Amino acid sequence: MSPPRAWAVFRKELLHIRRDPSSLVQIILMPVMLLLLYGYALTFDIKQVPTVVWDRDGSAEARQFLNRLFGSPYFQDFARVGEFEAGGRMLDQGAARVVVGLPQDFGRQVKTEGQAKVSVVLDGADANTANVILGYIQAVVSDYNLTLMTERLHQKGLTRLNTPISPEPRVWYNEELESRNFIVPGLIVVIMTMVGALLTSLSVVRERERGSMEGLIASPLKKSELILGKLGPYFIIGMVDMAIAMGMGQFLFEVPMRGSWLLMIAMSALYLMVMLAQGLLISFAAQNQLQANQLSMLSTFLPALLLSGFMFDVRQMPWALELISYVVPARYFVTLTKGIYLKGLGLDLLWPSAVLLVGFALLFLLLAARRFSKKVR
Amino acid sequence: MLVKEFIQVLRDKRLRILLFLPPLIQLIIYGYAVNFDISHIRVAVLDQDRSAQSRQLLNRVTSTRYFDLVAWLDSEDEARRLLDLGEVAMVLRLPSDFARKLKQGDTAGVQMLLDGTDSNQTLVVMRYFNQVLSDYTQDLMQDRLNRMGLKHLEMPVGIEQRVWYNPNLTGRWSFVPGVIAMVVMLVSLMLTALAVVREKEIGTMEQLLVTPLRPLELILGKTVPFVLISLIDAMLVTVAGVFWFEVPLRGSIWVLLLGVVLFLFNSVGLGLLISTLSRTQQQAMTAGTFILTPAVLLSGLIFPIANMPEPVQWFTYLNPLRYFIITVRGVFLKGVGLEVLWPEYVGLGALGLTLLTVSVLRFKSRIG
Repeated sequence: MSPPRAWAVFRKELLHIRRDPSSLVQIILMPVMLLLLYGYALTFDIKQVPTVVWDRDGSAEARQFLNRLFGSPYFQDFARVGEFEAGGRMLDQGAARVVVGLPQDFGRQVKTEGQAKVSVVLDGADANTANVILGYIQAVVSDYNLTLMTERLHQKGLTRLNTPISPEPRVWYNEELESRNFIVPGLIVVIMTMVGALLTSLSVVRERERGSMEGLIASPLKKSELILGKLGPYFIIGMVDMAIAMGMGQFLFEVPMRGSWLLMIAMSALYLMVMLAQGLLISFAAQNQLQANQLSMLSTFLPALLLSGFMFDVRQMPWALELISYVVPARYFVTLTKGIYLKGLGLDLLWPSAVLLVGFALLFLLLAARRFSKKVR
Repeated sequence: MLVKEFIQVLRDKRLRILLFLPPLIQLIIYGYAVNFDISHIRVAVLDQDRSAQSRQLLNRVTSTRYFDLVAWLDSEDEARRLLDLGEVAMVLRLPSDFARKLKQGDTAGVQMLLDGTDSNQTLVVMRYFNQVLSDYTQDLMQDRLNRMGLKHLEMPVGIEQRVWYNPNLTGRWSFVPGVIAMVVMLVSLMLTALAVVREKEIGTMEQLLVTPLRPLELILGKTVPFVLISLIDAMLVTVAGVFWFEVPLRGSIWVLLLGVVLFLFNSVGLGLLISTLSRTQQQAMTAGTFILTPAVLLSGLIFPIANMPEPVQWFTYLNPLRYFIITVRGVFLKGVGLEVLWPEYVGLGALGLTLLTVSVLRFKSRIG
């Protein structure tokens, strides 16, 4: 293995990249954009949900209840209607998300220790939001019930009636339940996958498509030199992107890093190598750049996003998908990043994931080298 | 010209597979993987009381489909280890005075140790558990009141809920129509952008330019085949969505088709625009990804637009996918037609026209 020859390939690849600065800029800006979006714009927390009220009672109790509902920032008093159909139409149009109906005897039931049935009709087209809305309405009702019940019991002369069980939640690792704390480590995984696999998957195929591959093969370059030279620049780009992501996480979003920086960087470099190797393998296997892009999208980016445990819990998926996730390297990197970033764990607990990543890297490199030999012959 | 492109595209068998298989695969994977319904939450229990009362509470917890009791622990250390490894989402700790406090009429505490790394999930777990607990608490309250000689006291306010369009709040029903939209955009945008750039990169562009083809004919020849292919893809994915995932299609297919066509104006226009800005295929693909990512994230498919900051919400009016997501959800789930959806169609039409005009003009100026 001759370092000068590998260096020559490295420089040539660097030149290719430099001639195309726009792609590079976009790849580097991608983590910035994603972090900004996730940090500031993307959230499941509802606010000011347009609510239609169909109040058939109008009593003081009804007003009290509605004040409770609209006293929170979650619901907005959007419209009052005299008959349900008008509210239903607003649901159809998407102008409102929920219609709350108070029955005629609302005030009477509340005053005489009966039960008033409030009807809640939800727009279920966005199932997740509907669930959240329902949860908040239930909480408001629960709260209101507690106040009323306490009053009722006081009226009976029962001042001391304790609630039997009280829950004491303790949240570990992410006490503030800041979703960005969880998103930033996950995004690092996505970014590394993109740089590692998407970019490299094109590197070899591009030569083949343009016709410069024969030249490379005819040269005295050894396999290892070609691979090293080709992957080198992308490794550097990947680490730079990671530094940007970590920097933004630390300074802009103040995501706490509980574990060791060194371990995090080492594991990121390891995962980057796995992705580079996989990208290289795809690059050798594909016939043209379009294929390479589609293949890397399907086999690296998509699984990293969906099957790695970054956004969705793998255990909640059908067993077939869960099985597939075991061969997705991103899954193990997600375990590592969450473990190091949020839980402050060390290799003593995380070593299985690290070992598996090493295994993947070796496997992909071996396969890539084998395919390269086949091409030459 | 059209014919040539068609032949070129369809002759390559591998390309054929590439055109129709990935969208289907993506639909299947997205359809199954994306799931906000959480059930079978893994829970471990550290019961330091081991009384009849504590067991009763735990029975309540496990009798729902929400929680799976996977381990009975003996020590705090075991609890810590399980949480560190991410084996369980929550550890329930019942103190040794649980039953005693209950019998005395005092308040017994139940400690929930939650793994907060996935904060969305943690909130859901908390909500479900509080629901179970509050049901149980109500029963216990009734017991206490009965024992004091008071009759059955009702909760003052009860909720009667009904969900429209998606009665079981099936996550898939919300998501699959949107995935159809996303997949169509992906295919049409990428293919159009690459079709033109490929010729540029390989060097056959000059050959095309010397032919007597007018620029408009060249553009049409390059884009129309992909519009048609995208339409076929859209129909394939729709059929898969309806028959495989059993998502209802309540509205009119023709309204949907019109929406798809208007949407394709937009994505093809964008693809063409990208192609005028790119010299190489890699540039086109990177630019495509760079545009698609925020387009999908800011479309309302996963994260509701209403939850975004005001300025961002205004920005989404420039995103064709935003209108299309509203359209597909409207047609599939709500069963509404043009009388409700016309604003979206107008938006798609206006945006599409603008995009196409700009990209065609750019294209002409580059060639001429």
